[in-house]
Amino acid sequence: MSENKETRVNKVVEELLKAISDYDGSGEYDGAFNIRADSECAGRKSTEHVRIEPKEGGKGLDIYIDPFTKGEKVYIPACISRSHVDDLVYNDFHVGEGADVTIVAGCGVHTDGEDDSRHNGIHNFMLEKNAKVLYQEKHIGTGDGEGKRIIDPVTEVHLGEGAELTMETSQIGGVDNTDRKTWGDLQANAKLVIKESIMTEGEQHAKTDFEIALDGEDSAVDLVSRSVAKDNSYQEYRSKINGNNRCTGHSECDAILVGNGKVNAAPELLAADLDASLIHEAAIGKVAGEQILKLRSLGLTEEEAERKIIEGFLRG
Amino acid sequence: MLTLKNIKWTAPDGGEILNGIDFTIESGKLTVITGPNGSGKTTLAKVIAGVVHQTEGEIWMDGQDISDLDITERAKLGVAYGFQQPVRFKGLTVRDMLDLSAKETLKEEAICGLMDQVGLCTKDYIDREVNASLSGGEIKRIEIATVLARTDAKVMVFDEPEAGIDLWSFNGLIDSFERLKKENDKALLVISHQERLLSIADEIIVIQDGKVRIQGPTEEIMPQLMYDERSSSCPIGKDPEWLKEFQLSKAGA
Repeated sequence: MSENKETRVNKVVEELLKAISDYDGSGEYDGAFNIRADSECAGRKSTEHVRIEPKEGGKGLDIYIDPFTKGEKVYIPACISRSHVDDLVYNDFHVGEGADVTIVAGCGVHTDGEDDSRHNGIHNFMLEKNAKVLYQEKHIGTGDGEGKRIIDPVTEVHLGEGAELTMETSQIGGVDNTDRKTWGDLQANAKLVIKESIMTEGEQHAKTDFEIALDGEDSAVDLVSRSVAKDNSYQEYRSKINGNNRCTGHSECDAILVGNGKVNAAPELLAADLDASLIHEAAIGKVAGEQILKLRSLGLTEEEAERKIIEGFLRG
Repeated sequence: MLTLKNIKWTAPDGGEILNGIDFTIESGKLTVITGPNGSGKTTLAKVIAGVVHQTEGEIWMDGQDISDLDITERAKLGVAYGFQQPVRFKGLTVRDMLDLSAKETLKEEAICGLMDQVGLCTKDYIDREVNASLSGGEIKRIEIATVLARTDAKVMVFDEPEAGIDLWSFNGLIDSFERLKKENDKALLVISHQERLLSIADEIIVIQDGKVRIQGPTEEIMPQLMYDERSSSCPIGKDPEWLKEFQLSKAGA
């Protein structure tokens, strides 16, 4: 049986937790949780069907979700509240057959000095037959220190037969540098849905890289990435879908440019089976003038209209 | 009340689209603007809304000169405009659009009421994105709903609202126009060839070659309309030659 640790979070961490998850300041969540703050455990709770166990040397967690667990939520947020922290963590999610749960992760990095801070979270999802997971993660950077706020998440997804994972991932602002990698392999009838949204501004850089292998018969992936690059920021998008069996794959990369923002999109499809049905769509450009006009005709100013359009675009 | 004085608009390529339009439309009345394709009707609607700016002339609303106001300022004063070609948005939902139009967070019943007026079942649409997944008819109806949601409107401009709308929903739209007329504080301006809409109008203005050809009360103008200034909702009746061919083909079959 795993331990239940008392929650200890400082004010900065509390604000970050509120931004990236539905934390209410009470010191815990409605469900199993582990709060990682400045590379240490700041609170942990397991439940009857969800066991959270630390790996040796504090390098991460093993999260065990019992077969056929239904409707539970698991929270695994990580925060950095100061400069000069380089955090690396490995979290493995073992999701039992037929379970149906929501996992909320996410990361907030705050810098208050000249040194950079970085969180590198490596999440490995192993879903057994017919398991179903909604995985939500938000990334945010805060603080007025000169040190860069860096978040480099790696997500590995292994879906067993008939398993489904929906990943909603967003970078909502303040992250100076991010290098995001998402890999997945799917067995028969497994389904992976990824909805990503990234907003960069100032001199920020964001790189996102997906590689999904549709190995099983009738496996499917739907990958939708929406990004907004403002000011002088730069984003790179790369996706590769490997259709190794009878399968369906869809990827969509839409980006809005504001100011001098730049986006480089490189989608790739590999159809290695006659019955692999793969589609890619991409659209990059500034906010459409007619969209601005429509919202202005409702009484919004040009700036309000652009803000509303971008807000909806990233949310969708 | 909205008054246009000597409105002219010249396209960037030098084409004179509007050549001096004068008219007044009154609150509590429905005015239909009709005329052949390419006569300048949609440009006129855009000029009123401020989407394009007139080259010459003045626009007055309720005693205020709004000629130099931009689209946002006119909207804030009460000009509501339904686009002929509705705009699609990735991410914004029907609810978002109606909330923006009404300038408040509408309750579900209010959204239901608006969607009902344009013949859409609310539950199926309320959280749908106003994007390319909607058909032409669906998005046109949502566009009209965004205008109907403008309770602050003093002038409502609809550009071919019947396009893409089935007969049953069209009846609902006619009821909405009749109801808005009774509110007495809005001037309704509809661009249409549709005979039913023309028949419920209080006033008809016929535009031809960027000018007003004739205008006046409906009973006076209706008999003077030419074939391409009125039509039923199907293509039959728009073009006598087409109709003749259609009848011949039916007779032959």
